[in-house]
Amino acid sequence: MNAHDTTFHGRMDDGIEPGQVLLNVDNISLSFGGVKAITDISFDILKGEVRAIIGPNGAGKTSMLNVINGFYHPQEGTITFRGEKRTKMKPYEAASSGISRTFQNVALFKGMSTLDNIMAGRTLKMNKNFFWQLWRYGPALQEEIEHRKVVEEIIEFLEIEAIRKEPVGTLPYGLQKRVELGRALAAEPDLLLLDEPMAGMNLEEKEDMSRFIIEVNQFYGTTIALIEHDMGVVMDLADRVMVLDYGKKIGDGLPEEVQANQAVIDAYLGVSHE
Amino acid sequence: MAKAGKASSEGQPKNFADYLVLNARRFSERPAFRHKDHGIWKTWSWSEAFEEIRAYSMGLKKLGIKPGDKVAIIGQNRPRLYWTFCAVQAIGGVPVPVYSDSVAEEMSYVLEHAEVKATVCQDQEQVDKIDSIRKNLKTLKYVFYDEERGLRDYDIKGLHSISAVQQLGRDVLEQEGDEKWRKGFSKIKGKDIAVMLYTSGTTGRPKGVMLSYDNLIKSSINANKFDDLDKYDEIIAYLPLAWVGDHVFSYTQSYVAGYCVCCPENPETADHDRLEIAPTYFFAPPRVFETMLTNINVRMQDASKIKQRMFNYFMEHARNVGEPILNGDEVGFMDRFKYKLGEFLVYGPLKNRMGMTNMKVGYTAGEAIGPEIFSFYRSLGLNLKQLYGQTEASVYISAQPDGEIRADTVGTPSPDVEIKIADNGEVLYRSPGVFVGYFKNDKATKETKTKDGWVYTGDAGFIDGEGHLRIIDRAKDVGKLKDGSLFAPKYIENKLKFFSDIKEVVAFGDGRDKCCAFINIDLTSVGNWAERNNVSYASYQELTQHPDVIKMMGEHVAQVNRTLASEEMMSGSQIARFLILHKELDPDDGEMTRTMKVRRPFIRERYDELIEALYDGSGEKYIETEVVFEDGRTGKISATVSIQDAQMFAPTHGMKEAAE
Repeated sequence: MNAHDTTFHGRMDDGIEPGQVLLNVDNISLSFGGVKAITDISFDILKGEVRAIIGPNGAGKTSMLNVINGFYHPQEGTITFRGEKRTKMKPYEAASSGISRTFQNVALFKGMSTLDNIMAGRTLKMNKNFFWQLWRYGPALQEEIEHRKVVEEIIEFLEIEAIRKEPVGTLPYGLQKRVELGRALAAEPDLLLLDEPMAGMNLEEKEDMSRFIIEVNQFYGTTIALIEHDMGVVMDLADRVMVLDYGKKIGDGLPEEVQANQAVIDAYLGVSHE
Repeated sequence: MAKAGKASSEGQPKNFADYLVLNARRFSERPAFRHKDHGIWKTWSWSEAFEEIRAYSMGLKKLGIKPGDKVAIIGQNRPRLYWTFCAVQAIGGVPVPVYSDSVAEEMSYVLEHAEVKATVCQDQEQVDKIDSIRKNLKTLKYVFYDEERGLRDYDIKGLHSISAVQQLGRDVLEQEGDEKWRKGFSKIKGKDIAVMLYTSGTTGRPKGVMLSYDNLIKSSINANKFDDLDKYDEIIAYLPLAWVGDHVFSYTQSYVAGYCVCCPENPETADHDRLEIAPTYFFAPPRVFETMLTNINVRMQDASKIKQRMFNYFMEHARNVGEPILNGDEVGFMDRFKYKLGEFLVYGPLKNRMGMTNMKVGYTAGEAIGPEIFSFYRSLGLNLKQLYGQTEASVYISAQPDGEIRADTVGTPSPDVEIKIADNGEVLYRSPGVFVGYFKNDKATKETKTKDGWVYTGDAGFIDGEGHLRIIDRAKDVGKLKDGSLFAPKYIENKLKFFSDIKEVVAFGDGRDKCCAFINIDLTSVGNWAERNNVSYASYQELTQHPDVIKMMGEHVAQVNRTLASEEMMSGSQIARFLILHKELDPDDGEMTRTMKVRRPFIRERYDELIEALYDGSGEKYIETEVVFEDGRTGKISATVSIQDAQMFAPTHGMKEAAE
């Protein structure tokens, strides 16, 4: 993508056709000291799909996301993103290569406005000299105006015009989650990782959020990996679902298949061990 | 810049397309429309607006919209939707704005009845609605939309974006010029139907009120003159397009005067957008003013002690001298000086917060506004006035002239309007704004409009000693006491409801020998009072029957009676006896509608015993009432309700005048 192009495309253009493998995870294992968080997991994410990762508490879902965006480094296994095998990658490198994410517990800059928070998501795309930025003058000002346009498109997309100037700390939780999605979108990610985007929301907020996720996926063609506990939401949104339990993959496939999988049912409902 | 050329006819423009052409010439670079989009106010000058509307209109013509075709407009306040009015009218069509929040079934009736050929929708939501009722709409050929979001993959017959229509119009313009288009609207006559507005229809089916160009243009000219509105004014358009008020304030008056109409980003941001625009002319229903005042009070309570003291001190001063200063009465130098200081320290910043810094004139209408709220705004130096209007009158029936403002009147007849009162108290009017008729409903037209042009308003009222009209109630609710004096329940109830610790009132008296009332206390307010005065209570019921609460209500009733005594027509219907109801009137129990209006017949039946007790002179009454709890279970509550005689006053109406 051209560094000077500041119109909003929703995502980077990487030349990978929809349906092809965007990210491939091969035999990943991750442990913290003696605790094995992820054991020998392989899966792939196809371009343009909504991929859900589900599983009981402590199954390793968030760890998996952390591995994908370079926050954790697995002891074993390889990750291939856009056909390139990744070595130890830092989160900001993952971000600039087109992966952005939201967090399980909202991680916004509470004292800053909605606008500034989303603007922060554009940081990686700003490349004017630090000197100019410091004085907010000349090319840096021009650049800021261009990025503001993009941010305004996101604000319109997420229907949060009314809270544009509100400090996010004062907003209801559901709206904070929406702002966080906005910040993730601002980076125009190729792969968007959503960690429980609907946790703690009421029904109406869930419906809104689902609609935005679908729209992001369909309009911009953004590939989405999603962790979610609400099964209704997962079954409606996801194209494919992977199920983890105690760091192991116990199921993978279409939502219907997963729903009918005995191992999955056991993991969720519990089963008596003789 | 557009070459607007000359108006289709010399002299007085006859329709809004004429005005558009004229405005593009006389005000060419002045702002006509603003819209906040992506966080920035975008402005169209009159000449730009002319080009946009011409392209739009020619596009519609090319698609086959013909004179007489009805085009529905569904959506919030957006420049393009406002342009639709003129674009459709310029080719002889009739725009029909529809309430955008109505559900598909409600919309279906109106669109079917109006025989619309096209609908102009704001967004996907409205397009979806139209699509879901399309099978009922035999005449519908086109669906146009403004915002593209979500509509990219739609496959609906006749679906076009407004920009596509405009592009089509521009192509036509390039090929054959706009002569034909101009000729089209030069043929429009003043008697022709300009717009059809459906009344919201609280009773029965909505009726399509047909207003002619003459109706709207004459009313607009008069109104602009009355309030001195010109091209330098700005208003914010945030009320429903389908409501006659918005149509006249934000469309017809703007075209006639040339003032700028600003459309907020969306309904939630309207308050904030108003702050940025600071309109010079502002209309709001009373509840908007109420909410603003409450917000100010709440925020003031969080302010520092010094600020609070300053606020209270200057507000007190404003209460004393603000209104006289605004009315141009004589006020001493020191008081004026102090008021100026207050303007600098308190009133100015306050007005700025509300976006009213530049407000030249503001109106409220629709329902009664509390006198305290009304005078609060006036004491700040804001020229807030009341008006009384109807769709059938092209809004204006009466309005308060500057300097003659009362909280309880709706002003003197507007220019060119005649008002008379029928024997049963119903208000009738006649004016150049009187509607042509109801669409496809001659029966209703005949019932409402007499042969010589008088229109029945359905409201009862009277003209007071100073020539001001006072509306007291819906005509069908007004009755008479046995001794013949007028009984207007809502009028009395509203007077009591203005006390903050009274939530609801139901007055009785039609066909009886005296007027009596049920009172519902406001738990928040009275509870707060109880807390401050160490009054302990275990339940709502107990609080209602507390001697101090009863005494307090008695004082309120006495105060209302005193004001009633000073009014010629109302002095006979002072409240003789009252009781405080032991339970809150509740929609779950069927006592109120979901929109919180009292259901009189139901209450009369349910509390028959209590009503009889009011009239038979007993001092208290035991009652058992069935109630529905929130989870749907039913139960019974019982209480002994105390019944009080109220203090009444001899009529003072004549005496006051004698003293003057």
